[in-house]
Amino acid sequence: MLNTYVVYVENKPGVLTRVASLFRRRAFNIDSLTVGRTEKPEVSRMTITVDADYDQARRIEANLYKLVNVLLVENITTVPAIVRDLAMIKVAATHEARSHVLELASVFRARVVDVAPESLIIEITGGEDKIDGLLEVLRPYGVLEMVRTGIVAMRRGNKSSVALPTPEEPAYAATDDDLSQSV
Amino acid sequence: MPKTGAQILWECLEREGVTHVFGYPGGAILPAYDALKYSKIHHVLVRHEQGATHMADGYARASGQTGVAVATSGPGATNMVTGIATAMLDSSPIVCITGQVGSKLIGSDAFQETDITGITLPITKHNYLVTRADELAQTLREAFYVARSGRPGPVLVDITKDAQQSSCEFDWEAAKPQLPGYRPDLSPAPKEYEQALELIHNSKRPVILLGHGAIVSGAMREVRDFAERAGIPVALTLLGLGALPASHPLNLGMMGMHGEAWVNHTIQEADLLIALGMRFDDRVTGNLKTYAPNAKKIHVEIDPAEINKNVKVDVALVGDLREVLLVMLPKVESLDRSEWLDLIDRVKGDSAVRDIQNLPDSGHLYAAHVINDLWREARGSNTVVVTDVGQHQMWEAQYYKHEDPRSLITSGGLGTMGFALPAAIGAKVARPEAEVWVVVGDGGFQMTMCELATIVQENLKINIAIINNGFLGMVRQWQEFFYERNYQATPLLNPDFAKIAAAYGIRNATVTERSQVVPAVQSARQHDGPMLINFHVEQEDTVYPMVAAGAALHEMIRRPSPIVETAADE
Repeated sequence: MLNTYVVYVENKPGVLTRVASLFRRRAFNIDSLTVGRTEKPEVSRMTITVDADYDQARRIEANLYKLVNVLLVENITTVPAIVRDLAMIKVAATHEARSHVLELASVFRARVVDVAPESLIIEITGGEDKIDGLLEVLRPYGVLEMVRTGIVAMRRGNKSSVALPTPEEPAYAATDDDLSQSV
Repeated sequence: MPKTGAQILWECLEREGVTHVFGYPGGAILPAYDALKYSKIHHVLVRHEQGATHMADGYARASGQTGVAVATSGPGATNMVTGIATAMLDSSPIVCITGQVGSKLIGSDAFQETDITGITLPITKHNYLVTRADELAQTLREAFYVARSGRPGPVLVDITKDAQQSSCEFDWEAAKPQLPGYRPDLSPAPKEYEQALELIHNSKRPVILLGHGAIVSGAMREVRDFAERAGIPVALTLLGLGALPASHPLNLGMMGMHGEAWVNHTIQEADLLIALGMRFDDRVTGNLKTYAPNAKKIHVEIDPAEINKNVKVDVALVGDLREVLLVMLPKVESLDRSEWLDLIDRVKGDSAVRDIQNLPDSGHLYAAHVINDLWREARGSNTVVVTDVGQHQMWEAQYYKHEDPRSLITSGGLGTMGFALPAAIGAKVARPEAEVWVVVGDGGFQMTMCELATIVQENLKINIAIINNGFLGMVRQWQEFFYERNYQATPLLNPDFAKIAAAYGIRNATVTERSQVVPAVQSARQHDGPMLINFHVEQEDTVYPMVAAGAALHEMIRRPSPIVETAADE
């Protein structure tokens, strides 16, 4: 089953490598991984989709938390969420085919962002199914190039249920005992 | 007054309680070595950086304190990799400090440049690259805190040469760790305690599986109280040995691939496994499909990523073992389990006659004899045995009866040959009053025997027992059982180890008969310097019982029957 995680990490060099390396090392296959900025400059946000059963999914979450730079992990597979992928598709569109391609694009509410004599670039945003659907109907015309961002996801409704730990309010505040070697 | 990064390094280490570091200098770490003259820290010069990491590891395991290893960039740093992985797999708190080329040169393939944070990323608990002196204090405080808290592990701090050389104001108090996402303090929910207690109270045939976590957590007393109150027998992992005294009536002994037969049978017959600070390594479970088929499982473990990794459990209590047991202890009911304990005793009686100790003295020197004699002579609450990896390691685990925690130091998870000698140096530095014995095979000894020079240079009283059978014995044993005795690349042409010891000025003896074992051990104990004893043991002896890799835990290869009969006849 495909699991979708939203992972908040400290915005520091090398954190993406740590996350990617974890999946490689534990032999979990990443289906898609996106990373980008958030409303807080010190925090980056990843959306990761992985094929895993229930127990594996729990262990992925636990392993992510073991990375010191990971702030918060949410498995949003089963919660109501908006999931979006963006694709740019360069499709062959000669004179005769052009109007058909434009029609298909408009049915899918995709936008044409570049027009050339022999081709068009179509930009589409949506769930993965929708993009797959457009791709399928465009294929007979000749898909010359395609790029997809991988999905980003966000819970519906109020803000995420759990507050993000910050340097001022960390997940665990080290006590003086913790910080002395005599422990 | 501003201080250089190099000065800040040593001052931070001192403030973290570090008194000894194990290291080897080189170009990129030279500024730090130059500043050592201002520090009270004693630097132990090793002969190979791998040795430095094993020493830091041995130091940590013997004392519970964080061990520190230092190396230069490039080859110095990469030589540490094996030691770091060893510490990672056995949850040992060490901090490795490496020099790095100047920050402006990073990425240019400069002389002795290597991406050591990239290389060690999967084998450290966490690592850092420090390019500025003013980042150093906070980073080092974080490194020590991460290394020893929660499930301990190795942390590497890579410091560029310019970060060591440049200066900044040093304020220890202001450099507090900032680890907002770090969670070393998990504890179970009340409902999980209730579920665990219910399983325990309903169980007729429970077994405790006790691991290294008991020692790391300092839960020896709580484990004993728990086992005694509930009347539950205890099986131990290799790294758990010493967490409950071997002489305790509820202590069954070691489980797993070379565990005692009755222990493995007990586990297979149990209706409840209570795993305390252990992680169901494949070496203790055998085939997972047939593992303890009728048992419910409770897993008390500090690392949530270990839950349901190898064995699916019914109740998981994620937290520090000692704290979890302190909560459970008042609620554990005392139950009469004599029927179950009697049954175990009967199985034990059957297995005990097959023991090599019952072999007649035919003039052959068996490793088991050497280790048993060593135990009789040297046992005591302040004796630390450090073993390498292979047959001798298993014989030590079987025939040396460990009464105290931190009295056995061995590489379990990674199985690192060459570990014993340097780890023993670390143990002796951590506990100078302890009697330290290295028990090592002739193969593993030759991997790190350069550290004999470190022993001499540091004037350390360490006793070395080489269990010399002229083979890579455990590999030979696998070839015997599973590769039709095709002894490819396992016979060793060894040097005269006594002469090697002599070359270092180390007292030495060679033993070929059983009658010489005790006098040699006594002579080593009486000598006030290091001593090396070369025990020439039976060449093709085999560790029994053995659960073949992938076999069920109760399907053990046992000592061949003619010997059983001989033993029974005696």
